[in-house]
Amino acid sequence: MSSAGNNGRALPWALVTPALGWTLLFFVLPFIAMGLSSLTVHEGGSFTLSNYSQFFTNPSYWQAMVNSLQVTAIVTVVSVLLAYPFAWILAEQVPERWQRLALMLAVLPFWTSYVVRSYSWLLVLAQNGVINRALTGSALITEPLQLANTRFATVTGFVHFFVMLLTLTIFANLKQLSPSYRKAAADLGAGPVRTFLHVVLPLTLPGIMVGAFLTFVLCIGDYITPQILGGNNELLMPQLVMMQIGRRGDFPLASALAIILMAVVTVAYLACARWLKIERA
Amino acid sequence: MSMKSASMNPLSILKSRLRTACAATALLLAAGGIAQAADLNALIWCDHSDPALLQPFEQANNVKVNVKEFEGTGAGLAIVEQSQPGDWDVMVIDSIDVPRGVEKGLFEPLPEDKLPLADMFPQVKMDGSTVVGGKRYGITEKFGYNTIGYNKTKVDPADMQSLASLTSDKYKGKVAIYDYYLPVIGMAALAIGKKTADLTEADLPALKAELLKMKANAKLVGEVTASQTALATGEVDILVGGGEWVTAGLAKENPALDFSIPKEGAVLWSQSLAMFKDSKNKDMALKFIQYIMSPEGQARLATSSCYWGMPSNTKAALTDDQKKVLRFDEQPEFLARAQAYPAPNADLDKKMQDMWTEMLQAK
Repeated sequence: MSSAGNNGRALPWALVTPALGWTLLFFVLPFIAMGLSSLTVHEGGSFTLSNYSQFFTNPSYWQAMVNSLQVTAIVTVVSVLLAYPFAWILAEQVPERWQRLALMLAVLPFWTSYVVRSYSWLLVLAQNGVINRALTGSALITEPLQLANTRFATVTGFVHFFVMLLTLTIFANLKQLSPSYRKAAADLGAGPVRTFLHVVLPLTLPGIMVGAFLTFVLCIGDYITPQILGGNNELLMPQLVMMQIGRRGDFPLASALAIILMAVVTVAYLACARWLKIERA
Repeated sequence: MSMKSASMNPLSILKSRLRTACAATALLLAAGGIAQAADLNALIWCDHSDPALLQPFEQANNVKVNVKEFEGTGAGLAIVEQSQPGDWDVMVIDSIDVPRGVEKGLFEPLPEDKLPLADMFPQVKMDGSTVVGGKRYGITEKFGYNTIGYNKTKVDPADMQSLASLTSDKYKGKVAIYDYYLPVIGMAALAIGKKTADLTEADLPALKAELLKMKANAKLVGEVTASQTALATGEVDILVGGGEWVTAGLAKENPALDFSIPKEGAVLWSQSLAMFKDSKNKDMALKFIQYIMSPEGQARLATSSCYWGMPSNTKAALTDDQKKVLRFDEQPEFLARAQAYPAPNADLDKKMQDMWTEMLQAK
């Protein structure tokens, strides 16, 4: 075998080694440690499956997963419904010279930390907040609405952040779409609505699904927003995980709950990938 | 299971090695910061990170105090477990949890003759927890009450003299609950006429019923900042589990906020300072503890920007206004009616936390 051949094979490995090392050090090893921890007894270390069985037998733990899935599904659907028209307007209606500014405005929410954004929403939605003052001030309602410390508040906080994430992914997809598809559809007699439903929407589905998956992952694992805006009136999975750590330091149970959460994300990814065959794209 | 048998378990060995590898990596990455370091490393709660508290000590002793904040004993002990021996010099910990640190072999006995024990409120020395095997491992530095915090312009202060008001229809939707299960379970125990020190598994159904009644009246269950914000912004008028640590810090901006020790009593919270056995700087660690326990240090700690609380030293150099806000002169009466945090064993603790989880999920 020639040395040129060896070099040809060695170079790609050399290039990916830092990334592999990083993944090994900061994902694979901690994940294995967490997996092993989840199989042990708190304050003991012996092997057990009880941390997992607790999740399936304790109704309030199970309810945390149900709550998480419900909130995540609502946030994802609402974000998609809001983001698509926004992305379409950005891609199709805003002149190209203004698009850069519009995109910069779209990413502004990412410049603000979760904590600041969530507390800002709390001030907006509170009993004495902007919305209730406006409604009571204009005599539309007599008693302030309960907006803060509810699931509605949690969803609002999440949507504010994720709608822009989805907008960016859908916008990128729309910009990649060749105008010739629409021209061909028009030549064949399709109106704007039919063209959108049968040509544009199917071709931008990968962008929607990638954005929706990112929204799903970030939303289901977030602790801050539901903690601040939800008023702890219903527990989500990240809060349940944190509860195990705070005083009791029950890392095995926290690890088991985190792995269950990760399994749900993996299932979501596999479903997403299989449906859209993005693994072959 | 004993430490020995745990160490012989192959799963434990592998787990331990992986944890060590992860911890070593984290420490390697953090090494720059620690190496430049500083002379005293303290694991603390947020009230100790106030520059107004630390700077006088740093200047007087020409040291830099490196602080790392944590919330909850479990999280704090986990940080210690993943550190190298000697990384930390002092730790702030719930007084009732001092024995947990002693059992793990973490703490160094403190020299009682070099600490102002005689100046402390006797009830907050908490010798049952801070003294283990005849040796003092922790000294109470700050205390207060998990009780009823309220806005006296929105509620009838007379109602706040009874825990029964918390579950009354009169205040439905006007209540927030502080999100820490032990003190609020303690308050539920007081409400049903139980002593916090005597709680057993048999009391859990009655405690759960009381907690669910509180939850039915509550608008939110929030951690320190969220519950304080809710009371300050008028989102709620009453905070279950909130005492002077909520109302005292906000007294200047909103003098309508106050707290009561109801007729059934209140739950005494108490935080201690402990020194690590493996500290490489025990002299400075002791100096730090002495500073915190001194009249000047106590006044600064009591009025820390993060939260206010009663200093355990009766000679704390507080101004008259500060003493008034903290209701310093009323302490003997308050202490007489206060009971300690519930101190459940591991099994009961787990059951209490599960009960708390159920309460949070209840509609």
